[in-house]
Amino acid sequence: MSDQNNTQHIQLAEESIQKQTTTLNLGPTHPATHGIFENVLEIDGEKVLSATQRLGYIHRAFEKIAERRPYGQIQPLTDRLNYCSAPINNIGWQLTVEKLLGLTMPKRVDYLRVILMELARIADHLVCNSVVAVDTGALTPFTYVFQMRERIYEIYESICGARLTTNIGRIGGFERNFTDESWKKLDEFMVVFPKTLKEFESLLNRNRIFMDRCIGAGPISAERALNYGFTGPNLRATGVDYDVRVHSPYCSYEDFDFEIPVGTNGDVYDRFMVRNAEMWQSYSIIQQALTKLKDLDPSVYHADVPAYYLPEKKEVYTKMEALIYHFKIVMGEIDIKAGEVYHPVEGANGELGFYLISDGGRAPFRLHFRRPCFIYYQAYPEMIANGLLSDAVIALSSLNVIAGELDA
Amino acid sequence: MTNEYIQQILSDKFGAAVWGFEETFGIFSFNIKPEINTAVLQFLNDEASLSFQFLTDLTAVHYPDRKDEELCVVYHLHNLVANKRIRVRASVPVAQPDIATMTNLFSSANWMERETYDFFGVNFTGHPNLVRILNADEMNYFPMRKEYPMEDPTRTDKDDEMFGR
Repeated sequence: MSDQNNTQHIQLAEESIQKQTTTLNLGPTHPATHGIFENVLEIDGEKVLSATQRLGYIHRAFEKIAERRPYGQIQPLTDRLNYCSAPINNIGWQLTVEKLLGLTMPKRVDYLRVILMELARIADHLVCNSVVAVDTGALTPFTYVFQMRERIYEIYESICGARLTTNIGRIGGFERNFTDESWKKLDEFMVVFPKTLKEFESLLNRNRIFMDRCIGAGPISAERALNYGFTGPNLRATGVDYDVRVHSPYCSYEDFDFEIPVGTNGDVYDRFMVRNAEMWQSYSIIQQALTKLKDLDPSVYHADVPAYYLPEKKEVYTKMEALIYHFKIVMGEIDIKAGEVYHPVEGANGELGFYLISDGGRAPFRLHFRRPCFIYYQAYPEMIANGLLSDAVIALSSLNVIAGELDA
Repeated sequence: MTNEYIQQILSDKFGAAVWGFEETFGIFSFNIKPEINTAVLQFLNDEASLSFQFLTDLTAVHYPDRKDEELCVVYHLHNLVANKRIRVRASVPVAQPDIATMTNLFSSANWMERETYDFFGVNFTGHPNLVRILNADEMNYFPMRKEYPMEDPTRTDKDDEMFGR
């Protein structure tokens, strides 16, 4: 240190070194990408200059497969779109077909569906938000909230037998009534969830380190977000209060009283906060649904539509009509009207749309999924340009891009 | 904004190039000539009383039986303020499936058009990067077209004469 002033610095001639950028492959199987998709980043030191996305790694041609499957058998394909909130996809598909067939559901079926969809939304947002925290370096909140996700999965399991790819419910209602076990688990969840979410929020919401990392990272303006086709929490974080549940109510959402949380800047922090606030709203919707269910006949779990809903197995063995319906439904020979339907639902990531064209045949003539991830992920290079590499990582996790939905 | 109003204003502006107005399952739909897709979508976007400024969805449908308009490009537009959805269809011949890109108007159209190109081979002229997006780059056919059946057509053990398409 003493001879600091005498240090000889190597003097380089002007422009003798060319400025170089580095190409970095973020993905396809990098832990920070949370799915199989690839970003080729051009970085200058820590600064991201551009990003080139590649996708399609888990493309499974669902739209093509659906053109050969009877309507009831398409539902398991929808599980695998956004697999973090499979019940929303399942129920969205059921609602689309019911719209085509002109079926109306009893209120109790609607409310049971609302409960499941809101549980799925909570599970999805928990994954997204806790993973944002992990990517900022906070691993603990993740372990807390994943216990809640586990409880939700146990509720699914006691209703339909599956956890991740649920295939829950059927066209015309539910395959069976909710079990006592599932009600018990749901009641337990309703007691413990607020405490955990509160704890999660107290760990992160006003955490100075977390705020400094997230505020201003990966921002997008409302105008650009709309032009890029953003929907769901990512759009609401920019300040646009568009929610399919309110704008095109389905499944009796008009009976519920809830708010649409919005942000202002459309950055990582706003997306995080919007998702947190939405979990409270979902919790309140479930509470309201549980209250409403008390006044309804607990034995109703499907509509009275024998031509579309599988009869009870014991009736199949004893009644001729039940046998005929059973045969027709299982063989995919139910009467389907010709028509062109677009049915949107509010998925956990945004507007999940089913564009279905039926020509009256046993399988759809054309089925297209409007996948919110696929559409808004295009904006990613614009959102991370001129930001830091570490901001690019949390921007990706806060967008909640799910590979299954991206690639369909 | 009623369906009649939209029909009136579009007919006045574009005449016979816009036809087939109908409401199916709550969405007002109509057909347009593929040459004027940019003009129509721009007009729907700019006209203050319409303001269809949100592109919800863009895809295509293959109708092999419709001579010279086999590929139907479908736009779903949404006016978020008035909460009105419409569907615009433009059909192009499969022999020469050219239609102008909408990427200048909607950034979201970029990947949706790439996907439509990837699966149906619709050629969106003027698109900045019209390459395959979900399928492998070296693929040389468009798999969602109806001439490609799901099952191997040479198989004889799966007879769909009674059940199936």
